[in-house]
Amino acid sequence: MLDRSSVARVELDWAGPERLTMNMGPQHPSAHGVFRAIVTLEGETVVAVDAVIGYLHRCHEKLAETLTYAQYPSIASKTDYVAAMTSEFAYVLAAEEIGKIDVPKRAQYLRVICAELQRIASHLLWLGTWCMDMGGALGGGATIFLYCIRERETILDLFESLVGARLLYGFYQVGGVRYDIPSGWTQACRSTLELIEQRVVEYERMLENNPFFLARAKGVGVISRDLAQDIGIAGPLLRGSGISYDVRRAAPYSSYGDFDFSIPIETDGDCFARYRVRMVEFRQAITIIRQALDRLPEGPISSRPALKSVAQTRIPKGEAYARVEGPRGEVGNYMVADGSAKPYRMKWRGASFSNLSVLPHIIPGHKVADVVAIMGSVDPVFGEVDR
Amino acid sequence: MAAVPPWAMLLVAPFVVLNVVVGLVTYITLLERKFAARMQSRIGPYRVGPHGLLQPIADALKLMMKEDIVPAAADRHVFNLAPIVFLIPCMLIFATIPFAPGLGVGDLNIGILFFLAVSSMEIVGLFMAGWGSNNKYALLSAMRAVNQIISYDLPFIFSALVPVILAGSLKLGDIAALQQGSLLHWFIFYPVIGQLAFIMFVVATLAAENRVPFDILEAESELVAGFRVEYSGMKFALIQLGEYAHMIGSSFLGALLFLGAWSGPGPESIGPVWFLLKMVFMFLLVTWIRWSFVRIRADQILALSWKVLLPATLALLLTTAVVVVWRTNGF
Repeated sequence: MLDRSSVARVELDWAGPERLTMNMGPQHPSAHGVFRAIVTLEGETVVAVDAVIGYLHRCHEKLAETLTYAQYPSIASKTDYVAAMTSEFAYVLAAEEIGKIDVPKRAQYLRVICAELQRIASHLLWLGTWCMDMGGALGGGATIFLYCIRERETILDLFESLVGARLLYGFYQVGGVRYDIPSGWTQACRSTLELIEQRVVEYERMLENNPFFLARAKGVGVISRDLAQDIGIAGPLLRGSGISYDVRRAAPYSSYGDFDFSIPIETDGDCFARYRVRMVEFRQAITIIRQALDRLPEGPISSRPALKSVAQTRIPKGEAYARVEGPRGEVGNYMVADGSAKPYRMKWRGASFSNLSVLPHIIPGHKVADVVAIMGSVDPVFGEVDR
Repeated sequence: MAAVPPWAMLLVAPFVVLNVVVGLVTYITLLERKFAARMQSRIGPYRVGPHGLLQPIADALKLMMKEDIVPAAADRHVFNLAPIVFLIPCMLIFATIPFAPGLGVGDLNIGILFFLAVSSMEIVGLFMAGWGSNNKYALLSAMRAVNQIISYDLPFIFSALVPVILAGSLKLGDIAALQQGSLLHWFIFYPVIGQLAFIMFVVATLAAENRVPFDILEAESELVAGFRVEYSGMKFALIQLGEYAHMIGSSFLGALLFLGAWSGPGPESIGPVWFLLKMVFMFLLVTWIRWSFVRIRADQILALSWKVLLPATLALLLTTAVVVVWRTNGF
């Protein structure tokens, strides 16, 4: 049972009734989207925080009932638009599980390559925006941000030559993937990975040798092991709190069992631990992609015939829950199919949504400036929170 | 040369200095943007005029044409007055800076005292802006401003006093004159003391100018834009002008106190050019720091000042005094 008192207000009792209720959001430079935090302040210290979400609700789950299995993957991209590949992945996995559809090995490997590239791209954006939260858009934070965006571009270029789109892809299809890799793509991918591998070291040198960065990140926003388990946070946050849990390892999907990689763990639970976890994940993702590229089998990219109409894919009656490890944690898709070309019902489990619910537990007691640092370290994407 | 009546000089000199400062501010923003862009592997302003040279003019024109918004709940008089109260001290500091021997508005006997006193007056304007806006972000920022100025003015003054002790004069012209002749006469090359004082001066300058990593007043990631969040149009431009004028003034002061002011190779007539270049160097040093660090928290800033910087500058000041007495009188 969740201990309700951990949400409690931190009473300082030196300001008496002189409290300031301040609205951060829904339009705020560091809200990472449309998030509203109603913070109660005593001086600079946050006493209580009330998180308000729902500003980006687009009825995704209802929308899924009206779109066919061939149409929805490109809409699934729009739930978590920073890691679009991930949500498509979860959707098609659920449909395949109900329909017991096999996926050719080559398609499975291509899925893994794209999912891991997406993880790198998403973490790059996270690193940039988080540093911008701490360093200011007119300061060193913006410098890191632009460096990260520069590297993310190279990955988006890869996606563009593969899919034709840079943000929302529709690459995953029930039964396989939509496109095979074009000629020369493997080489381009390898050189991009090499570049990013070098640049990640540069970021670490720039940040970890910087006492100001350490002062802002270390010991701030500590999520204890118990709290992490109670709230049900996932992904780098959970691993930053000392719990070794990764869906790729716990319930391998799409041939993840074939690859050799490690799950980074940090035990401190603070912003710096989460940062370290993600920095190691950059390298692990690069290792996985390299292995997949090396062993990429020949063969078809889909077990189903090429699409001639959007209603061509029909999934038999049944229900399934599929989950993948996204950049922000476990992304789940629960689907009920009724034998037609559209799912009967569908439900998303967004990683950002459950991660965000930890904020009221850890923010009180910190300074105003830490609110944005902690929020940035949680890495919420509001498309995924509100759906 | 026809004799110019002294009253005319009194009018002409400030007029010239003010206009030069405004011109400097416009173009130093372009320099900063270009410099930051290079650091971030960008190009920076490029479209307006060749290499973006007309960009500052376009920005100024844009700000002039913006609607001037006064929030309904604002304290109108305080709100309207604040940018001017902020700007005046930032401009006044140029009154006492000599740009070459005898070239300046007025080289006061207590020049540096005047400079330090006036430059800390800007806090009044800051607080008025934060209070008058009747905005919570602005109010928090104003509170931080008072905290920060109180904490950093002392280290700023102490580190600026080191060259004063070395020179034995409060007159900026005298301090500069003592550093002429050779590179080794610059106070930054005074063994140990000079370098330490310079580092502390730069740190305190960063805080006094509200630059990253000490820009908690503006702190746009938490306080949106801090004390100037409600300002638009010309009032915003005035605050911006004041901020950059203050920065240029502090850079001039740093160049004068530590880098030998107008000393440099070539005839004495190009002295002001050297001074200007050194000012730009000081400015770029601060800019370089600004664009590579993250901001630290308000409480960490205060801790840094009271626990580290203040004792350090005080100790340095005392050491300097002892060294100077020892070198002139012996034990």
